[in-house]
Amino acid sequence: MSWLEVKNIQKSFGKTEVLKGIDFSLEKGEVLALIGSSGSGKTTLLRCLNFLETPDKGTISVKDELLFDGSVKTKINDEQIRQNRLHFGLVFQNFNLFPQYTVLKNITLAPTLLKKGTDEEINNKALELIKSVGLAEKADSYPCELSGGQQQRVAIARALALSPDVLCFDEPTSALDPELTGEVLRVIKELKNGENTMVIVTHEMNFAKNVSDKVIFMADGVIEEMGTPTDLFENPKSQRLKEFLSSSLKD
Amino acid sequence: MSFIEQFPIVFDALNVGFIQTLKLFLITLVGALPLGLVISFGSMSKFKPLSAVVKTLVWVIRGTPLMLQLLVIYYLPGLVFHNNIWGSGEEGRFIASVTAFIINYACYFSEIYRGGIQAVPRGQQEAGQVLGLTKSQIFFKITLLQMVKNVLPPMSNEIITLVKDTSLARIIALQEIIWAGQAFMKGSQGIAGEIWPLFFTGLYYLVFSGVLTIVLGKLEKKLSYFRT
Repeated sequence: MSWLEVKNIQKSFGKTEVLKGIDFSLEKGEVLALIGSSGSGKTTLLRCLNFLETPDKGTISVKDELLFDGSVKTKINDEQIRQNRLHFGLVFQNFNLFPQYTVLKNITLAPTLLKKGTDEEINNKALELIKSVGLAEKADSYPCELSGGQQQRVAIARALALSPDVLCFDEPTSALDPELTGEVLRVIKELKNGENTMVIVTHEMNFAKNVSDKVIFMADGVIEEMGTPTDLFENPKSQRLKEFLSSSLKD
Repeated sequence: MSFIEQFPIVFDALNVGFIQTLKLFLITLVGALPLGLVISFGSMSKFKPLSAVVKTLVWVIRGTPLMLQLLVIYYLPGLVFHNNIWGSGEEGRFIASVTAFIINYACYFSEIYRGGIQAVPRGQQEAGQVLGLTKSQIFFKITLLQMVKNVLPPMSNEIITLVKDTSLARIIALQEIIWAGQAFMKGSQGIAGEIWPLFFTGLYYLVFSGVLTIVLGKLEKKLSYFRT
């Protein structure tokens, strides 16, 4: 089985069907780019993976472990959801750093509370991560003292500190000034080294093309087209994808 | 009696009154700060009947004068139900005053808490969730301090107002500092027709609220190292 297997995920909010049956799988170290216009369900899919939303139907498995099965009607308890979430990391569009803590404490908070090692181990790993996102001098700064791009790099380091099986990004550069997107995209690109499995929702088509192994184009809650970046960007088949690409390239 | 002779007598009497004022202030705070949090949770409850009842209570308490509430709470049991639960002495008046003040201030505080809690962005909670933290870890390690920072400025305002509002207990003859000062107009301990003791009470309020302003300001400054 694959590293990550998602089968027939469906989700409605009231009467609005947001996801109408999503299937895909990823191997370890693969990078998946999720593209599509706003309202196509990309973010909801990402939130389902992180159990911020509970799918109505479908299954989610990581490393052969069935984490979620929508056909089981008993409500999963908080503890189970919490354990499930640990398989995934999520980098938010708005960073959501904890404003009252320093960069270092933002990264060490969860590993410390979850007892993921001794204080020294956790600290050393955090400092290493801070260095790897290029913010070695900012370890003791507070989020309000950083630029948006720097904050997002800290958020990436924070998610990595728990070594998730799958790291998700929800439009990681959408809240940034154009001149700051480069530094964040560079950091994400460096994470593609065969070890980190990633799912990236993005509007940056060039980035999606360069970084991903697999691309999914979503429209109206379904996968309209899926394939390699070359397939989708060079030879789009569906009419909607063609229209989407020509309008995104115009921007 | 000359002013020099009057002063020690008045000073002693005002101090006794101020102790009562201070007691009313402190016990109100100790009662209303936690009760306000409970009321704010009630008004934010997803259980509609509960939130409706709580919101109505808050509306009535905030929509009517505290002076009226004091009169109702103190006189209603005795005059209408012929059962004066408060007793007649100073102690009864004090308990009645504290009851009215705690209810009144808890309702004001509850609205401040509600604003403070709702002002913490939802993303903060979600960030904690995706990091696998428990609900209580999220509340105590992430949300709480941000909420405290949010509520501190409006809370300081209310606390300073409370200092002066304690004087409303005069209406049911609680022997707080205004009552003590006024006594020398009517005549007490050989001093009568003197208004300066009443005016002098203003100094107590000024000093007390001044000290509080400094303390609360320091607290605010302590939390100014981060921005929510």
